[in-house]
Amino acid sequence: MAAPIRILLAKVGLDGHDRGVRIVARALRDAGMDVIYSGLHRTPDEVVTVAIQEDVDILGVSLLSGAHMTVFPKIFERLRQQGADDMIVVAGGVMPDEDVAALKAMGVKEILLQDTLPQVIVDTLRRLVAERGPR
Amino acid sequence: MRPALARIYRLAGRAHIVGITGVPGSGKSTLVGKLAQKLRARSMRVGIVAIDPSSPYSGGAILGDRVRMSELATDSGIYIRSMATRGATGGIARAALDAVDILDVAGFETVIIETVGVGQDEVEIARASHTTVVISAPGLGDQIQAIKAGILEIADIHVVSKCDRSDANRTLTDLKQMLTLGTAGTAAKEWITPVIATSSVSGQGIDELLDAVGRHRHVALATELGAQRALAIAEFRLQKTAENLLLGRYAKIVVENSKPLALRLMRREGDPYTLADELLNSSLQTEHEHDARSKIA
Ligand code: B12
Ligand SMILES: Nc1nc2c(ncn2[C@@H]2O[C@H](COP(=O)(O)OP(=O)(O)O)[C@@H](O)[C@H]2O)c(=O)[nH]1
Ligand SMILES: [Mg+2]
Repeated sequence: MAAPIRILLAKVGLDGHDRGVRIVARALRDAGMDVIYSGLHRTPDEVVTVAIQEDVDILGVSLLSGAHMTVFPKIFERLRQQGADDMIVVAGGVMPDEDVAALKAMGVKEILLQDTLPQVIVDTLRRLVAERGPR
Repeated sequence: MRPALARIYRLAGRAHIVGITGVPGSGKSTLVGKLAQKLRARSMRVGIVAIDPSSPYSGGAILGDRVRMSELATDSGIYIRSMATRGATGGIARAALDAVDILDVAGFETVIIETVGVGQDEVEIARASHTTVVISAPGLGDQIQAIKAGILEIADIHVVSKCDRSDANRTLTDLKQMLTLGTAGTAAKEWITPVIATSSVSGQGIDELLDAVGRHRHVALATELGAQRALAIAEFRLQKTAENLLLGRYAKIVVENSKPLALRLMRREGDPYTLADELLNSSLQTEHEHDARSKIA
């Protein structure tokens, strides 16, 4: 049996919107993944540390506060410092279209915004892990 | 993977392994977080293996224990690893004991295992830890939930959590009464199972609990208790590993071979016991043939 996909779902900063991330957590569990939830109000530093300690395949950040353009650069900087730049990073929540391209250029592999069907999220994450290949 | 783990196992053995069990919601994760903070204040490095149940339907899991330990996130003296049970009964994930060894070898002086907290088989934690802490919480229905789960006897230390709540006294009194009747603690003469009231809200009892854990370790090392426990732990580990290897090796063959036998069972041409015997024998046979072939090849 192949090991299940492990993902950290993280909420960063003052963003208190957790309805979406909870729905995503359930959908991923029901798709057979091991989901670690960070809880609210984590710092980029904490999130990266947890992702590394938990040896996750994917770091998924849920942001509805509008702080994504300051949060993601910090996350990538920290990942680089920790030698974990191969981590798959994805984003979800509320982000304006004009920021999406910039986030992708930064290294966010996929950005799945409001009204994305759970099955689409599951399929996307599976594809990303398959594309990365075995570790 | 296996050669690395083999080397690690032989190097391990220095850490003090503390098992924490109690029904879901009894405050295990929160308490583990507080204990870890205190241990850090005493300059000890702490490893934590936190186990949550896998969904029996999808095999997936939501591992949420960390949420309650968030103060610890970036302290390099603390390492938290979450794990899913993945079908293992007994409240301990199969890989959890390997993870404990790794943390041990990495120099974490105390390694805490937080179990799932459901079912009769929780007793396994007592065969995986040097010191077992059983938590009972007020306000979760039954006065003492651990009675139902049958885990009172495995406690080296009893904790009544959430003692900031007014109904905690009832739980405390009930538990103490059961202890005096001799039904709620390990029966060893060297060690008297204490009952400690803690609150992760006010901080009450956390130091006392840590001291008790330290004393238990001390007593174990100074008496027969430690060696007995160590042997029991080794025995359990060996049996568990053998069981897993057996399952891994034969499960597939058993599944493959079961079709024709199931047909006979359905027609009531045989009974489940006889046919299961036959299934196991034929599976062992298949496995031997397979071995022989691969040796020739
Ligand atoms: C419900 C809601 C609230 C609730 C939140 C309840 C809760 N516990 O979650 C309450 C009322 C508390 C609230 C408060 C506030 N809110 Co509000 N809120 C919303 C609202 C209406 C819906 C959010 C929601 O739950 N959607 C449903 C879920 C299922 O969708 P979702 O979270 O987007 O998740 C989906 C996807 O994004 C994706 N996804 C999400 N996370 C992840 C993660 C990964 C890894 C992946 C792959 C996918 C993924 O999957 C989900 C399913 O498709 C939005 C408007 C909107 N259109 O989004 C505003 C909105 C997010 N809120 C907003 C604001 C401003 C606030 C407040 C600051 C208001 C105030 N002045 O007090 C406060 C801040 C609270 C705080 N501490 O953060 C703004 C944010 C503006 C911005 N980003 O620039 C929004 C966009 C409204 C607006 N148009 O102005 N809010
Ligand atoms: N009043 C009170 N609530 C607590 C205490 N410890 C934990 N809780 C709450 O009990 C619930 C379950 O806690 P958790 O640590 O997740 O329990 P676990 O499932 O056993 O790991 C949470 O809502 C906690 O906030 C405590 O000491 N006092
Ligand atoms: Mg817990």
